[in-house]
Amino acid sequence: MRALIRGVGELCITAGIVLLFFVTYELWGTGRYTQDQQDQLSRQLAQDWDRPKVTTEKVKLGSGMALLRIPRFGDRFRYVVVEGVDLGDLRKGPGHYPGTAMPGEKGNFVVSGHRTTYSAPFNRVDELRDGDRILVDTREGQFVYKVTDQKIVSPREVSVTAAVPFHPKRAADKRLITLTTCHPKFSAAKRLIIFGELAQRLPRAKPGTPAGGA
Amino acid sequence: MYAWIWRHLPGTAPARAATAVALAMIIAGLLWYLVFPWVEPKVQFDRGVIDHHTSTPASPRP
Repeated sequence: MRALIRGVGELCITAGIVLLFFVTYELWGTGRYTQDQQDQLSRQLAQDWDRPKVTTEKVKLGSGMALLRIPRFGDRFRYVVVEGVDLGDLRKGPGHYPGTAMPGEKGNFVVSGHRTTYSAPFNRVDELRDGDRILVDTREGQFVYKVTDQKIVSPREVSVTAAVPFHPKRAADKRLITLTTCHPKFSAAKRLIIFGELAQRLPRAKPGTPAGGA
Repeated sequence: MYAWIWRHLPGTAPARAATAVALAMIIAGLLWYLVFPWVEPKVQFDRGVIDHHTSTPASPRP
């Protein structure tokens, strides 16, 4: 009997240790993978930008399509945005919803990113204030968006990805950006949405070697 | 459980300790590189995507 109780106790302690270890993996282990992928993607993006443009070019799912920087989060905050929002895409970095506008286009450029795992690109987006700059570099140039609003919505609120957010029927009239991530941190109960509008167009920056922030 | 493993490890106390540490590291490695990557997609506590499988975004590409 005594041996049995001790055995159960040991199993419980072991399960607790394994669980803590799993949390460590989620929060730090997954980030390493994203950093590696980001390094590769940013090299790939730099090569693509150096090559002459192919007019029939279409961005493949899972490949880099733009460079995202947010000055409020420091110089080291730079992520290659991948095309697609499947699990595998978002592990590599923030993902662009296929079918929504491309950077600088009329409509809504919608990007989703992890909040706490996989290098947590959108960990601090709740700190963004109206007027903060979101810089999106593509082959064509740099698009400077300014934050206009922030909302917390249900995970099923697909209308935030519409060309005119919350008005799915309306035709695109402005050049918008929308960032989506989960909320609150460490949960997937809600979605935190950042809205922005194109303010300026500049020549683009170099993709550079450093990956997304630490 | 741990006492039983300890009794069944061969050698002197230091050798047993070394084997135990090696075993623990092997198990940790298996968890980190095989088990956790497999479990991770099944535990969704950090999904930032608006549920686009139920309906599609309304913005057609120009």
